[in-house]
Amino acid sequence: MRWSAILKRLALIPPTLLGVGAIVFVLLRVVPGDPIAMMIPPGASPADITRLRALYGLDQPLLSQFITWLGQVASGDFGRSISLRQQVFELVGARLPATLELAALAVAMALLMGITVALVGSLLRGTRAEWLLDTANGFFLAIPDFLWALILLLGFGVLLPLLPISGRLDPQLAVAFRTHFYLIESLLTLRLDVAADLLRHMLLPSLALALPFAALVARLLKAQLAEAEDQDYAQIARTRGFSRTTILQREVFPNALIPTVALSGVQVTLLLGGTVLVERIFSYEGIGNMAIDAVINRDFPLIQGLILTFAVLFIALNLAVDLLVALLDPRLRHG
Amino acid sequence: MSTVLDIDNLHVAIGTANVLRGVSLRVEAGEVRGLVGESGAGKSMVGRTIFGLLPAKAAITAGRVSFEGRDLLAMPDKQRRELLGRRIALIPQDPMTSLNPVRRIGAQICAVLQLHLKLSNRAARDRAAELLSEVAIRDPAGVLALYPHELSGGMRQRVLIAMAFACDPSLVIADEPTTALDVTVQRQVLQLVERMRQRHGAAILFVTHDLGVVAKICRSMTVLHAGRVLEDGLTLDVLVKPHHAYTRALLAATPRADRPADSLRPVPPALIESLWAEAHRLDQLAARRPA
Repeated sequence: MRWSAILKRLALIPPTLLGVGAIVFVLLRVVPGDPIAMMIPPGASPADITRLRALYGLDQPLLSQFITWLGQVASGDFGRSISLRQQVFELVGARLPATLELAALAVAMALLMGITVALVGSLLRGTRAEWLLDTANGFFLAIPDFLWALILLLGFGVLLPLLPISGRLDPQLAVAFRTHFYLIESLLTLRLDVAADLLRHMLLPSLALALPFAALVARLLKAQLAEAEDQDYAQIARTRGFSRTTILQREVFPNALIPTVALSGVQVTLLLGGTVLVERIFSYEGIGNMAIDAVINRDFPLIQGLILTFAVLFIALNLAVDLLVALLDPRLRHG
Repeated sequence: MSTVLDIDNLHVAIGTANVLRGVSLRVEAGEVRGLVGESGAGKSMVGRTIFGLLPAKAAITAGRVSFEGRDLLAMPDKQRRELLGRRIALIPQDPMTSLNPVRRIGAQICAVLQLHLKLSNRAARDRAAELLSEVAIRDPAGVLALYPHELSGGMRQRVLIAMAFACDPSLVIADEPTTALDVTVQRQVLQLVERMRQRHGAAILFVTHDLGVVAKICRSMTVLHAGRVLEDGLTLDVLVKPHHAYTRALLAATPRADRPADSLRPVPPALIESLWAEAHRLDQLAARRPA
């Protein structure tokens, strides 16, 4: 991808975010549900309610509310959460790293599993074992992440209690962190006992997110490997005396990877969406879990902040996938 | 003169359909033999059998293929792979699809040199550049760093020719190497193949449907139809005094500079039909004979 193409993509980000912001803002206020009604104590007087409504600017017309919010957002102020009574920016900033670490671990595990299954499947081409592998893969692909979360919770948390099933870190490990990237920080500062406990907490939720994604990667990559293996250059490599594994590794895999990354890369956004339910199931303190509370409490500023955060993540992810594809394919790199 | 390739009574079937019906041909050391036939004659199948690239449902039902006196079909896969690329090499048909699009030219040539000649990275690179200059590529060092899509079809075919001769093979199978190229480039490529053959001393089995090409560069030739050898001999003899009606018909259908174009005659369909009928009759006879 050329620089001009990258700049063009970057220029599209602000209007995209503006659009997302406008849709969320209007939708929240059109659907039934009132944040003030959720927060007032029983027995509050109508005057109290009116006062609260004015405090949060909810008595203003829709358009002027939107313009006020937009002005604040542009200057870096995402407002105060109604239910948690803290700055949205700080709340999201504290929770986002937990979700990013969880999603990164899930993607890493999914790639490892998916690539392994695809390569093994290619070597088994035409055998009964291949059929078995494909069938098993279809099974993993068919079960959504939140159902995997429940299955894993039941299996390894309840029936065979090997792993913790809630939270991010054992509260007895009283550790002070400087950042909110607990895993990265504990690894960098070599507090390996803390890192191990963090990983134990992350294992089940990230596995739940990883399994369907791994199955998707395996299926895509395996199909692409089969196609690349039939190409002239792969066949001709055999006339030069290369072994099947060498050809798979040097000729076939690098070519099969390009469409696989392009197709599965954008599916990482689905995995990020999956964190909402999976974090809830494992009481993992990330932004997904926070989003559910925000919606239940009709916490308008927090919902808006979280959705903008997700939107930025999705845009960044799509751009990263395009850059990665260009990096893998010299034909795109030279434009 | 010693025999490099000796194919004896080769039968290949795909499913129940016979594609080679007892092909025999010899390539002597250093000679260029043309293997001529129309589409479907089975000429590519001969090459595929040698390289072990027959389609999944194909089977060799009879015959022997020996290379320098060793039975290619009977030898274990590993031994065969040591010969392929080193002693027997291929110039493929379509230069546009025969190079890996995501690897640099240099890496692709060096991989062959390192596999068979166990050269160091440095030595392989130097040898690769040398090979590219042999095939008349200017700035070989620069081309080594390029990807296939940055080269024209003619340039890619030169790279593939360089790769075929990289390990000084004694047999090169050229599978219609000029078919996919522009007419203007075809001549250059033919000259190049001939020059590389002389320099490296390989024998060439030149698979083509173009009698003009055969007349230009082949010492001997084999005419194939419906998986059968119809005629075999020195090119000069065959072209001057063809024995088989099919060869005569092919010659009458080939454009020549010394003859007006309106004297061209297509190969008579009746002849083709009778040849196929004969092939099928032979199949039936063979099927009835107890094995």
